[in-house]
Amino acid sequence: MLIFEQSRGGRRAFAQAPAQKAELSGIPETMQRKQPPALPEVSEMQTVRHYTRLSQKNFSIDTEFYPLGSCTMKYNPRACNALAMLPAILGRHPHAPDSHSQGFLACMYELQEMLKDVTGMRQVSLVPAAGAQGEFAGVAMIRAYHESRSDDARTEIIVPDAAHGTNPATAVMCGYKVREIPTLDDGDVDVEALKHVLGPQTAGIMLTNPSTVGVFERRITEIAALVHEAGGLLYYDGANLNAILGKVRPGDMGFDVIHMNLHKTFSTPHGGGGPGAGPVGVSERLVPFLPVPMVGFDGHDYHWLTEKECPQTIGKLSAFAGNAGVLIRAYVYARLLGREGMVRVSEYATLNANYLAKRLSDEGFALAYPARRATHEFIVTLKKQAKELEVTAMDFAKRLLDYGYHAPTTYFPLLVPECFLIEPTESEALHELDGFVDAMAQIQAEAEDSPDRVKTAPHSLPVRRLDDVRAARELDLRWQAGD
Amino acid sequence: MPFIPHTEDDVRHMLSAIGVERIDDLFDEIPPELRAGELQSVPEGMSEMEVTGLMHMRAREDGQPLCFVGAGAYEHHIPAAVWQITTRGEYYSAYTPYQAEASQGTLQLLYEYQSMMTALMAMDVSNASLYDGASGLAEAVLMAVRANRKSKSRRILMPRTLHPAYRKTVRTIVRNQGIELVELPFDLRTGKTDPNALQAHAGEDFAALAIPQPNFFGVLDDVDALTDFAHANGMLAIAVVNPLAMAVLKPPGEWGDAGADIACGEGQPLGAPLASGGPYFGFMCCKQAMVRQMPGRIIGKTVDLDGKTGYALTLQAREQHIRRSKATSNICTNQGLLVTAATIHMALLGGEGLARVAAACHANTTTLIERLTEIQGVERGFDSPVFHETVLKLAAPAADILRSLAAHNVLGGYRLSDDYPELGDAILVCATELRNAVDINEYATKLARIMATCAQVECPVEPKFN
Repeated sequence: MLIFEQSRGGRRAFAQAPAQKAELSGIPETMQRKQPPALPEVSEMQTVRHYTRLSQKNFSIDTEFYPLGSCTMKYNPRACNALAMLPAILGRHPHAPDSHSQGFLACMYELQEMLKDVTGMRQVSLVPAAGAQGEFAGVAMIRAYHESRSDDARTEIIVPDAAHGTNPATAVMCGYKVREIPTLDDGDVDVEALKHVLGPQTAGIMLTNPSTVGVFERRITEIAALVHEAGGLLYYDGANLNAILGKVRPGDMGFDVIHMNLHKTFSTPHGGGGPGAGPVGVSERLVPFLPVPMVGFDGHDYHWLTEKECPQTIGKLSAFAGNAGVLIRAYVYARLLGREGMVRVSEYATLNANYLAKRLSDEGFALAYPARRATHEFIVTLKKQAKELEVTAMDFAKRLLDYGYHAPTTYFPLLVPECFLIEPTESEALHELDGFVDAMAQIQAEAEDSPDRVKTAPHSLPVRRLDDVRAARELDLRWQAGD
Repeated sequence: MPFIPHTEDDVRHMLSAIGVERIDDLFDEIPPELRAGELQSVPEGMSEMEVTGLMHMRAREDGQPLCFVGAGAYEHHIPAAVWQITTRGEYYSAYTPYQAEASQGTLQLLYEYQSMMTALMAMDVSNASLYDGASGLAEAVLMAVRANRKSKSRRILMPRTLHPAYRKTVRTIVRNQGIELVELPFDLRTGKTDPNALQAHAGEDFAALAIPQPNFFGVLDDVDALTDFAHANGMLAIAVVNPLAMAVLKPPGEWGDAGADIACGEGQPLGAPLASGGPYFGFMCCKQAMVRQMPGRIIGKTVDLDGKTGYALTLQAREQHIRRSKATSNICTNQGLLVTAATIHMALLGGEGLARVAAACHANTTTLIERLTEIQGVERGFDSPVFHETVLKLAAPAADILRSLAAHNVLGGYRLSDDYPELGDAILVCATELRNAVDINEYATKLARIMATCAQVECPVEPKFN
């Protein structure tokens, strides 16, 4: 039942608004609204109960194993939230003067410094509000760099076919054409194909390493040299930074610009779809173009760096300084982990992924890249099941929900048929991994013996499979009185 | 080990199953010459107790000054239930609702949010949020260029009365797509868009006109006339509004003869704390006919195999994960958790509650203006109606006055001279429903004292902390 359907005229959460309505004395009547908006009229307890009950219809990290590949669904420490919600931190106005901001600015400056260190980049700006905005900032900086050198013939961004959809979408938002290059059977980028598309029209390349197929790009140094020789720059999509934290740094691989997803690697919450934070780090030549504002330190006081101090900046990406509250959570997480903790993240994430890959392989599931070492994630392909049993990856995914496991990422990357991209993260314990393997094995048995049970799953969730076609064809995007 | 549950036995067992001796062996595909040394700038880890101490210290350093600054971020009462429920793990630690059956909580909530926003804006459809008000306006500009089939231009009329940071953000985001932003000046007496300057563009080809309400100066503009002007000249009308104000002001869907085509803005006044400027959320509504041009997630109602009602992401063919380089935007993650808070906030306040809060803001601002303009050397900047924010002109250097006030623990306003040098020593001040008579009296008393001292001796005044 919708909150609107619980509404009764004249009911309200009376403690939450002034008892009397003040006069709108200074506002001409022609500018005023005639009727208050038709929002639900419900009591405080009704509201609390309704949204608490709705929450119970969600899977989440706090309630289920959530091995969603490329999303790094690891534990979000509660301290990060509690400390970001201290009253003075929540109450700080974005335009508070530096005299009332030294504590906040110190956190931001130290976060910049730590992120520089773990990525091996020269300078960091924290402002992009999410991964896709970080990507935008990165490609916009590449463009600004070429423009600053009057190198105007560079019109193309190269993107591997396995790339996340935001990569090509971002390149287009920055006014570039997208050139796709294929991935080899072993999961590495096709370097011969790369050589073929590189040229004076190349502005740059967008890569993820480990790549979206879950393997480390072994020829990265050679790729970097080739792209740089052609006059292009290398963009690092930080989606998979969890795999290499403290082990290898994008700056050392030759990348010129990187975005990080703090809602992945630095454990800030995904929030049911945001807010994220997508800071960008750059090599020396892109420093002047970083988005503003950033935080500077003169040895005594912290201060903002704005368009004034950074005249070549690509500019602002949001009204203030990005998702500051998310950055505070990431800062607390980084301080809790410390330098030893950072390395442990990639080590145990990789250990869990390799263990899970081995166990699933032993159970008869086909790994997409069996000859390769798994990174923090790996791909299982269910094409045999789809062909022989007519049970697809989607069917397995939905049946997993019945077993109390969130499904891995399905049908991404697009180049592997019937795929599961599985990322267990470092925060899952051995018994959770074993439980997941058992569930997969049981679903396999069901697929062989009673395939309809799998093909019509889920059976135990608040709803069964939804009619997506109807949702798109008979658009119903809001409740209306009389519904 | 913080946040890692493995025992030594577990690790031994797992390594042996994989067939390697040490964890580090799992990184053997990384070329050895690339391997990183020890991190230099990351300090040793701390316990939760130690980090708690550190963060309390940092918070104390910044204090909690009495805030009369708005300028795009407003301090409002947020019911305790809002964030207690929003930070339940089931909302806080869930992913984007791709697996609809396992995400009905978030999906239904987003459908309710869309319903509330369309009611508040009097528009047909809403998306499930964008990053913030400024980047949301950039998306609205891109959408208008796509959607306006009558216009061949890639030009947008942007009033100077729009938030300066919004104009800067829009520029960053749209400039690489060859979109030209043409500034509209304002009338120095009224603080509204200059009608003569607007008329000068009649008959020209623009994709859209952006219309802020209230504008950056807090001033209420003649939005009906602006909307009709846009439509008469083949432009789309993009409303940029404060959602709380829309509880008492004529909503975008009712502007002019045909209503605004797109309504967007900063959702922060609906349940998001100030938090140094984010996370907030951008909202966007539009007319039904334009829904396929809208960026971001959209939730639709549908049925399951048994005919039972359910909710799912819909119109995904617009989005980057399906259309890749042909998507309406590169946006992926948006601001789901803030929308969760906003939905609960709107449910708790209801239409009447929001209207009362909005009216209280207006009344307090009216009192603030009265009290402050009684002071010698303080006068109103414009003679137009305002919502909950206004421009004041000072007969003393604004930077010094604000610094002195801050030293007395009052954030007295936002200095306008960087963005609007033509206004001289002007500040933008705001009083929400939280700034009661006692607060306003404290501000007025301190400002009077500082202005008086300023008139007698040369500024700056040496501050004294209270």
